Amino acid sequence: MTQTTAESAARKQRAQIRVRTLRTDRWWLAPAFTFAGLLLFLIYGFWAIFDKSYFVDPYIAPFSSPCLATSCPEGARLFGLAPFGDWYTLPPGILILGLPGGFRLTCYYYRKAYYRSFWLSPPACAVAEPHGKYTGETRLPLILQNIHRYFFYLAIVIGLILTYDAVLALVHKPAGLGSWILLANAALILCYTFGCHSCRHITAGRLNHFSRHPLRYKAWTLVSKLNARHQQFAWASLFSVMIADLYVRLVAKGVINFPFA
Amino acid sequence: MGYKAKFRIWRGEGGEGRLEDFTVEVNEGEVVLDVIHRLQATQAPDLAVRWNCKAGKCGSCSMEINGKPRLGCMTRMSTFEESETITVTPLRTFPVIKDLVTDVSFNYQKAREIPSFTPPADVKPGEYRMQQVDVERSQEFRKCIECFMCQNVCHVIRDHEENKPNFAGPRYLMRIAELDMHPYDVAERKESAQEEHGLGYCNITKCCTEVCPEHIKITDNALIPMKERVVDRKYDPLVWLGSKIFKRQR
Repeated sequence: MTQTTAESAARKQRAQIRVRTLRTDRWWLAPAFTFAGLLLFLIYGFWAIFDKSYFVDPYIAPFSSPCLATSCPEGARLFGLAPFGDWYTLPPGILILGLPGGFRLTCYYYRKAYYRSFWLSPPACAVAEPHGKYTGETRLPLILQNIHRYFFYLAIVIGLILTYDAVLALVHKPAGLGSWILLANAALILCYTFGCHSCRHITAGRLNHFSRHPLRYKAWTLVSKLNARHQQFAWASLFSVMIADLYVRLVAKGVINFPFA
Repeated sequence: MGYKAKFRIWRGEGGEGRLEDFTVEVNEGEVVLDVIHRLQATQAPDLAVRWNCKAGKCGSCSMEINGKPRLGCMTRMSTFEESETITVTPLRTFPVIKDLVTDVSFNYQKAREIPSFTPPADVKPGEYRMQQVDVERSQEFRKCIECFMCQNVCHVIRDHEENKPNFAGPRYLMRIAELDMHPYDVAERKESAQEEHGLGYCNITKCCTEVCPEHIKITDNALIPMKERVVDRKYDPLVWLGSKIFKRQR
């Protein structure tokens, strides 16, 4: 028996327009580009994890840094250490990619991006979503998005390690083009990381009395400036990390072999 | 130079209705609301439309123009091609009273559900002393003209009528954030934002920010900071531990 609910009666009081949207602009373009960009990153990341050409002195590919096992070449190990020892023989990327991956997956900007482009919830503003039911981030698994700040703490560590890798390559004589590519990538990743909404909250966003905490307020204003460009830094760092990683791998494979590469 | 524009306008009552075609004169410098008024004057005297200030400050003339929530008085005709057919419909999330006029009482009901500003018991009116930096963050939210376009575009209730009882909508979650950030407000708002007003339903897709005619950064400055405050309260064991060790107020 069909049950008539109060909701359906209320729904019928709205303008009964059967089309999904009356928008006449190309609203599908942004989610389509986002879908393509994120898919490209996922495909590249999957390939890079299993590619073994991740180190050529003095460069280490960002997707495989830090290298924490004895299976890593000696120059690739972080501070020369191998805390995971002999037992770990899988590619180094598998060990650490969950940290920056988790940071991006739970990031407030990327949530918007993939909710729109992958889950179509909604695909664009004022375009009906295809799902019959919606509970948002109120229950598992999406309630886990609330752990974003822990990934933020871990992402800081990864960002600093990538900066260390870039500086190490830069002080190497002669410093090649790759050093500058790694440095630019590290800078973009740090701008993305420190512009995060959780960082903004931790600096002073959680306070109600900015005037009692002038230093934290100053930090908040600086983070807010980065945060205003969080989307741009999210995309710039996504592509920079792919470009830097690919560059190092191509140098390691000998595909790029010009002087000062 | 004037021209004849093609309009398709929703006509009907209580949800039942249809899109009707009109051809109407448009003159230089006019906005969509001007054209609708000309239609009323010349072809459709019973066409219902809510309006008031014609200056983008009262929030009355919210409607959907070519599928996008817009203020009729702030949408210039010069932004459309002369050959374009312009479709005007009422806000899709609320019940239709007649033609372009909707019943927005859902929003007033949600407003009443939020406890008002609650100062500390020992601070009397006139004794508030606040620095500009302490209040300017929430002043942004007071620019709201209550056009309800953010409420209308939010897919949580636009596409799911059944969520209306559990979700206050971006405008009122922003109101909660405004009060929670107020230096002199002592009411508990974080837990209730999540449990009673449905903050968890928001998946921060930013449509509320996109349609706001006052350009309030609803998502970045109100909803996400409020989500982070809820994380402090409900999901962060480190903050809980810190509050126990340092005896800080959470």
